[in-house]
Amino acid sequence: SYFLRHARSRNYVSESEVCKLESVPLDFGDYHPLKPITVTESKTKKMNRKGSTSSTSSSSSSSVMDPLSSVLDGTDPLSLFAAAADPVTAAPPTDGARRKRDKDESSAVGSDFEPWSSKRGEILARYTTTEKLSINLYMGSEKGKATTTGSAVSEKVRTRLEELDDLEEGSQKELLNLTQQDYMNRIEELNQSLKDAWSSDQKVKALKIVIQCSKLLSDTTVIQFYPSKFVLITDILDTFGKLVYERILSMCMDNRVSLPDNFSPESVNDTAKETCLNWFFKIASIRELIPRFYVEAAILKCNKFLSKTGISECLPRLTAMIRGIGDPLVAVYARAYLCRVGMEVAPQLKESLNKNFFDFLLTFKQIHGDTVQNQLVVQCVEIPLYLTLYSPAIDWILQCIAYHAPDVLLTEMMERCKKLGNNALLLNSVMSAFRAEFIAARSMDFIGMIKECDESGFPKHLLFRSLGLNLALADPPENDRLQILNEAWKVITKLKNPQDYINCAEVWVEYTCRHFTKREVNTVLADVIKHMTPDRAFEDAYPQLQSIIQKVITYIYDFALLFSVEKFLPFLDMFQKESVRVEVCKCIMESFIKHQQESTKDPVILNALLHICKTMHDSVNALTLDDEKRMLAALINGFIKMVSFGRDFEQQLSFYVEARSMFCNLEPVLVQLIHSVNQLAMETRRVMKGNHSRKTAAFVRACVAFCFITIPSLSSIFTRLNLYLHSGQVALANQCLSQADAFFKAAVSLVPEVPKMISVDGKMRPSDAFLLEFLCNFFSTLLVVPDHPEQGVLFLVRGLLNVIQDYTWEDNSDDKVRIYTHVLHLLSAMTQEAFIYHVDKVDSNDTLYGGDSKFLAEINKLSETVVSQILDHLKTLGKEETLKRQSQLALYFFNTILAHGDLRNNRLNQLSVNLWNLAQKHGFADTKTMVKTLEYIKRRSKQPEMSHFTDLALRLPLQSRT
Amino acid sequence: MGTALDVRVKRAGKVYRDGEVLSGVVVITSKDTVQHQGISLTMEGSVNLQLSAKNVGVFEAFCNTAKPIQIISSTIEMVKPGKLPSGKTEIPFEFPLQMKGNKVLYETYHGVFVNIQYTLRCDMRRSLLAKDLTKTCEFIVHSLSQKGKLLPSPVDFTITPETLQNVKERASLPRFLIRGHLNSTNCVITQPLTGELVVESAEAAVKSIELQLVRVETCGCAEGYARDATEIQNIQIADGDVCRGLPIPIHMVFPRLFTCPTLETTNFKVEFEVNIVVLLHDDHLITENFPLKLCRM
Repeated sequence: SYFLRHARSRNYVSESEVCKLESVPLDFGDYHPLKPITVTESKTKKMNRKGSTSSTSSSSSSSVMDPLSSVLDGTDPLSLFAAAADPVTAAPPTDGARRKRDKDESSAVGSDFEPWSSKRGEILARYTTTEKLSINLYMGSEKGKATTTGSAVSEKVRTRLEELDDLEEGSQKELLNLTQQDYMNRIEELNQSLKDAWSSDQKVKALKIVIQCSKLLSDTTVIQFYPSKFVLITDILDTFGKLVYERILSMCMDNRVSLPDNFSPESVNDTAKETCLNWFFKIASIRELIPRFYVEAAILKCNKFLSKTGISECLPRLTAMIRGIGDPLVAVYARAYLCRVGMEVAPQLKESLNKNFFDFLLTFKQIHGDTVQNQLVVQCVEIPLYLTLYSPAIDWILQCIAYHAPDVLLTEMMERCKKLGNNALLLNSVMSAFRAEFIAARSMDFIGMIKECDESGFPKHLLFRSLGLNLALADPPENDRLQILNEAWKVITKLKNPQDYINCAEVWVEYTCRHFTKREVNTVLADVIKHMTPDRAFEDAYPQLQSIIQKVITYIYDFALLFSVEKFLPFLDMFQKESVRVEVCKCIMESFIKHQQESTKDPVILNALLHICKTMHDSVNALTLDDEKRMLAALINGFIKMVSFGRDFEQQLSFYVEARSMFCNLEPVLVQLIHSVNQLAMETRRVMKGNHSRKTAAFVRACVAFCFITIPSLSSIFTRLNLYLHSGQVALANQCLSQADAFFKAAVSLVPEVPKMISVDGKMRPSDAFLLEFLCNFFSTLLVVPDHPEQGVLFLVRGLLNVIQDYTWEDNSDDKVRIYTHVLHLLSAMTQEAFIYHVDKVDSNDTLYGGDSKFLAEINKLSETVVSQILDHLKTLGKEETLKRQSQLALYFFNTILAHGDLRNNRLNQLSVNLWNLAQKHGFADTKTMVKTLEYIKRRSKQPEMSHFTDLALRLPLQSRT
Repeated sequence: MGTALDVRVKRAGKVYRDGEVLSGVVVITSKDTVQHQGISLTMEGSVNLQLSAKNVGVFEAFCNTAKPIQIISSTIEMVKPGKLPSGKTEIPFEFPLQMKGNKVLYETYHGVFVNIQYTLRCDMRRSLLAKDLTKTCEFIVHSLSQKGKLLPSPVDFTITPETLQNVKERASLPRFLIRGHLNSTNCVITQPLTGELVVESAEAAVKSIELQLVRVETCGCAEGYARDATEIQNIQIADGDVCRGLPIPIHMVFPRLFTCPTLETTNFKVEFEVNIVVLLHDDHLITENFPLKLCRM
């Protein structure tokens, strides 16, 4: 009886005045905890730090950056680590490393020149074969075997060298029946052998390997693999060229000072020159033409050591040398290699590039000659396929020529191609290599040429595709635009093969979207549907169809417009494979969320998007990954948030009802819907300024009902609890008292079901912290909830207390007692004459009971029970191992009494003194806290009506720790 | 094995000419002091002739090998008997390459039946207990530039079935017409052999076109002479069925050591020729021969 009757009466208004924090203008300055962190690297320090994997030191900066990207921009710990490890592992060059190297080297050319490295992968992926390949290596007999493999050479290298030795001594080794992958592995092995031979100082052997490799390029069996073979083998040649160059460069080192990048031959010493000369003499005596050409081209750069004009003399000679290569395909790739080396070493020497192309034109007729035709018959390769094998080489040559070339030259090139019967193959390469602006400006000419051109087996649709690619990058003259589309589409629509058709159409969709209205886009989409529907051709063209959708939504992101394109939705129907369908839906939704600025009620958009969202939702099954679900839910939620019928709340609610029935399998969507409906109820209240009419009251009740029946279908218990509480608050705010009661009752009865452990982000965590937080929140709400007239006083509070009492708490936790102290806070607030807060237009218990003594007595009884519970618990903590907890709890309880109890009451006063002593009894109290608490009491005692604190302070001894 | 002997000439390419001074160092490296009975250095140049078994009897061939013609020879005593300190000792030397009278210094040439070689040999004589040490080092001699201007002597050629000799059944030959030219058959040895070749027409597919460089060595003596032609190198200039009517470059670098300016002496001759060899797909082999005159400018 000694607590509540003596609850300190409070004057909340004046207290709040006193306690209000003085408002201080915030000084944001440089530092803010939420500002992105930029990682500044401190490399040198890191490298020296022994053992530890380097970490980055972080410092905050004010620059506005995405924290993630900024971390990646700097050298992140992993790449730092990798960089440190690189020289140790000396792995065979990965793509990345190669790319980096190429980038460094082509820096003379400029970054706008698409380097070979970017073509490489494309070629390897495109020109593949299932035929069996063979490698024929003939290592000329080597006198005086130079295999004194010292201990310095690793075991791995040695076995490899031994393997190679097997090849040697004049033996001829033919590796037959290799699959493409085997072949690539073999080539990579040769590449490695080359490096090993070089590093073990067997230069002659290295040269032999390179010669043998380049010899493989004269072999055109399995011709469809030739471009890829070229890529693989020229990698080896590049390696070789680099090795030789660096070796000679290292010989020029004078007192550890290496030559500057643009050294002159005069500064090269005689030994280096002699070595270089030796290489050239050796290569000049290679018997066969193709290896001699390739190896000399590979070390073209070394001419810099001998004379200033060396390279400019060599290039024309090598160019002319290629004329001796009879096979046109082999020859054109040789030209591509020469151009590649030329661009790298001496990009200023354009003449040879042009000469290469003109020479190629001169030999062009060979392609249709008997020798080639016979070969194709033997290999069963069709002419159209054969012609496409030329494209990478011609594209590359033309790209080199076109780089920074004046329009005059390009025009001349075009004319020359024209003279050669407007060959389709050439035309295609011109379009893929020349600047898009150049092509686009002459689109009509090109269309004319394409129409006239001698097809001779090269598929015309590829030409239109190439043209389309250019037009996607650059704009043709305004006046020609429609005509271009008409001309192109006239041809495209006639393509019979669905694959050919779709490859072309895909490219032209972008042009159409870019320059025309929805009418044209619609026509194009209709045409695609027409072509792809028969025989379910779309099944083989999902990537292209997907890309079409992507292009359409990139250009038409006004969704009202987009859905007024009649064929858009029918187009979507072609995606019948669910995974693709969902992908496409996701793209559309992402675009919607990104671009839609204002909320919408357009029925066309809503219908279409509901349909799309439904598709996404329906793809969810038991096997769907959590991430995927989260993503889909986020997209659907994004859509739901953008739907607004303005003042038509009824319509809005029925939309939510419909959405609920559609998306019932995605919990986050249901949660969003509940929030949205609650928001709708609050919006209604705002509009009615709190005074509901009969109609709005009914509507609000409908909203509340929506929530009430939706919440139980959720599986997460805390989501349910919080939503019950939240919805209850909304119901209360809208004066739906019985509904609010129902929510709170539901919440109370749900509490016993809270499990000990819950899954948070896939990990099992104890639930007590969440429960504690929820209960505090709940109690705060219960203060203002008026008692139900037919239920007893404080029905809900009692109910909740019973639940807490029966809940199986963790054995060694004090959570229950902590909650009880919170209950004391609530009870003391309830005894006040006027509650600290109210809900507008709802009479809380303070008004209902008006400080009725029966009511107060009831509260009193409750608190008595609670206090005795607390004290009992404190007693059970008397054991040795729990003394610390006892001390903490005692102080906690003491503070509660200090804040909420009326200490003028003697018994209460005594209780607090006892608690104080208990807290200190066993030396577990934190002296600092105790001192501060005492100081606080003394300070409070100076306030009016607080003089009794002075006495209290005197009765509270401070125990110094012994 | 403590002591190492090395002879190093000054020039990286080891190339010297008549009238120049051959200089360099003898390097002796040893951990301990070296006791020796004197170090001498010998410069020698000689022509080795070998008669092929084809032309003379086996016995004669054997006999004749051992008869080198000396071109130049001189010896100098570098160090008198005594001791060399431990570590690396470098002893510089100089030989003037001066021929007496009308004699000339032939250019270094490595052939099959004729070999012209120049060496430096360093001998370190030692006491009975230790073996004598010897080290030889070849150096290369280039003959002096020839006086007067080299007159270019271009050659045009046309090869058709009719121009061929040594044909058994002319009728079975496929039709072809190959034209071309060599820019000059008088060649500077440091410059490549150049020219052009055009396959104007050929019924059969071309398999390969090659340049075959041939040395013609003649060894003569009182009993008569022997003349042998052997291949030095074979350079392919066309591979596969080349484009008709498109000039293909003829380009061949003369290999070092294996070629020298055309040489004619009383005892031996070294001459060079080039064959243009066209190989057709039905294994017809067409060869056109051009004698060359090499010189050094």
